[in-house]
Amino acid sequence: MPTAVFLEHHEGELLKPSLGVLSKAAELGGDVVGVVLGSGVRELAARAGAYGAAKVYVADAPELERPMPQPRVDALAKLVRDTGIDTVLFAASVLSADVAAGLSARLGAGLNWDLTDLVQQDGSLVGKRPALGDSVYVDVGWSAEPRLALVRAGTFEPKESGGDAEVEDFDVEFEDFSLQATMLEQAHAESEGPSIEEAEVIVAGGRGLGSPDNFKLVEELAQALGGAVAATRAVVDAGWYPYATQVGQTGKTVSPKLYVACGISGAIQHKVGMQSAGTIVAINKDPNAPIFEFCDLGVVGDLHEIVPKLTELVRSRKS
Amino acid sequence: MKIAVCVKHVPEGTTHARIDPQTKRLDRSGEGAINAFDTHAVEEALKIRDAQGGEVLVVSMGPQSAQDTIRKALAMGADGALLVSDDGAAGSDLVATTKALAAALEGEQPDLVLFGQQSSDSDGAVLWAAVADRLRRPVISQAAELTVADGKVTGKRQTEFGYDTIEAPLPAVVAVSDAINEPRYPSLKGIMGARSKPQRSVSVSELGIDAGEVGEAGSKTVVQALNDPPPRGETVKIEDDGSAPERIVEYLAERKLI
Repeated sequence: MPTAVFLEHHEGELLKPSLGVLSKAAELGGDVVGVVLGSGVRELAARAGAYGAAKVYVADAPELERPMPQPRVDALAKLVRDTGIDTVLFAASVLSADVAAGLSARLGAGLNWDLTDLVQQDGSLVGKRPALGDSVYVDVGWSAEPRLALVRAGTFEPKESGGDAEVEDFDVEFEDFSLQATMLEQAHAESEGPSIEEAEVIVAGGRGLGSPDNFKLVEELAQALGGAVAATRAVVDAGWYPYATQVGQTGKTVSPKLYVACGISGAIQHKVGMQSAGTIVAINKDPNAPIFEFCDLGVVGDLHEIVPKLTELVRSRKS
Repeated sequence: MKIAVCVKHVPEGTTHARIDPQTKRLDRSGEGAINAFDTHAVEEALKIRDAQGGEVLVVSMGPQSAQDTIRKALAMGADGALLVSDDGAAGSDLVATTKALAAALEGEQPDLVLFGQQSSDSDGAVLWAAVADRLRRPVISQAAELTVADGKVTGKRQTEFGYDTIEAPLPAVVAVSDAINEPRYPSLKGIMGARSKPQRSVSVSELGIDAGEVGEAGSKTVVQALNDPPPRGETVKIEDDGSAPERIVEYLAERKLI
């Protein structure tokens, strides 16, 4: 009974988080297959062999060109029913969360999400999931097949093990309702300025800054520390700062030596993008902000007073 | 236009939330509140209704204490409420929850079903796509902007790669992000009026669902064990008394970060 890994792709590349899950599945052993859904993606599919897929199932159809979840549910449901795949693994993303959830309903299949590890325990698959703000780690399993799992993005590194995958096409009949939602536009955010992924020091700003003008406080501190500027989704969506600087679930994952969070509450969507930073310093006026539960140095106070003085002190120390 | 907004009653503050070691379920006996993410969905529903007319129905699934959450949404301005409440539904996972929730929504025939972007207690962000599949309706998730016009809903949302604009005909299911609006606070008048608005509570069997399809019997996932989180360094927490900048510099210098 094979384990299938949903391989997400973007602009002609298989995505790293998906390949990481594939590598992990191959490491756990057994029969592992990849699934690539799209339009004009056959060539892409064969590449998954290098990461441990013995076989890659491909559905190539114009209905699958845009990254919409519901036609993908149709495809995966058919594949699972026809081939006896007993486990489908996904690397979490905006697209794959919707695909996995839709598939769960369609097949009546159990879905565990936000997994940070997968292990074989006494012959059955067990997922590890941090819960309640990481205060408890839960072992989760399945009482029936098929089993579905969403793995937190970036949990597993892709490992090239070599090997070729056999590519097998399959046809999909789409449900009417699956094709009703249509993508009118996909606007790709251009990146500009220094890359936050490479930076050793990051100073990040959130809604607590109060207004877009106050980002200059963050910029000045970043400059003094020789670091880059990052932002939360809330302020990016509010138009205060460009998308390329966004850290978190739908933004970038960073691991600098030092991360200074200014006016950031520390919602889970932000946390997943920066929790692996070496040292986290948080400045926030709300003593109950979740960020104080996972930072190294937490300062309860008014950032509008603290940050300019801090910038001055750092500057004078350097000169 | 009939808009159904799905809201969840969650334990107040994750710091006090705990999982019962016996049942391995979230302990829901303490104080609860409306899932903050869902207040954005309520707000968006009220905005659409106020601009275009129609009604906003709050739909929730949970214990009777979820009435507190329903009253909050009614106080914000929703017109009525439906609570799916059944002792047999406790411990329902995604498969079991969506079975009951979809049946409740099916009976109401809404033009638009709105969800918040995740639940704060389970960190789940999966309910809407599963409900949409059961209802056989199109779904748009993570919408940070929403337009409803001419029998269609258009959502703009952020993904890992930029911004998508997605359109779907009504009836449709939409999950909104918390960036979409600032939820209003209930007015005194709203709070006073909430109690007199129509509120119904239905059991799972009244929805035509077999007891074996919900609760632990109807669930396909299991919690096997609870473990302590891996140890991490102590958090040093200070209150600013004017010396915070100096203390931050000291802390960074000790760790050779400046």
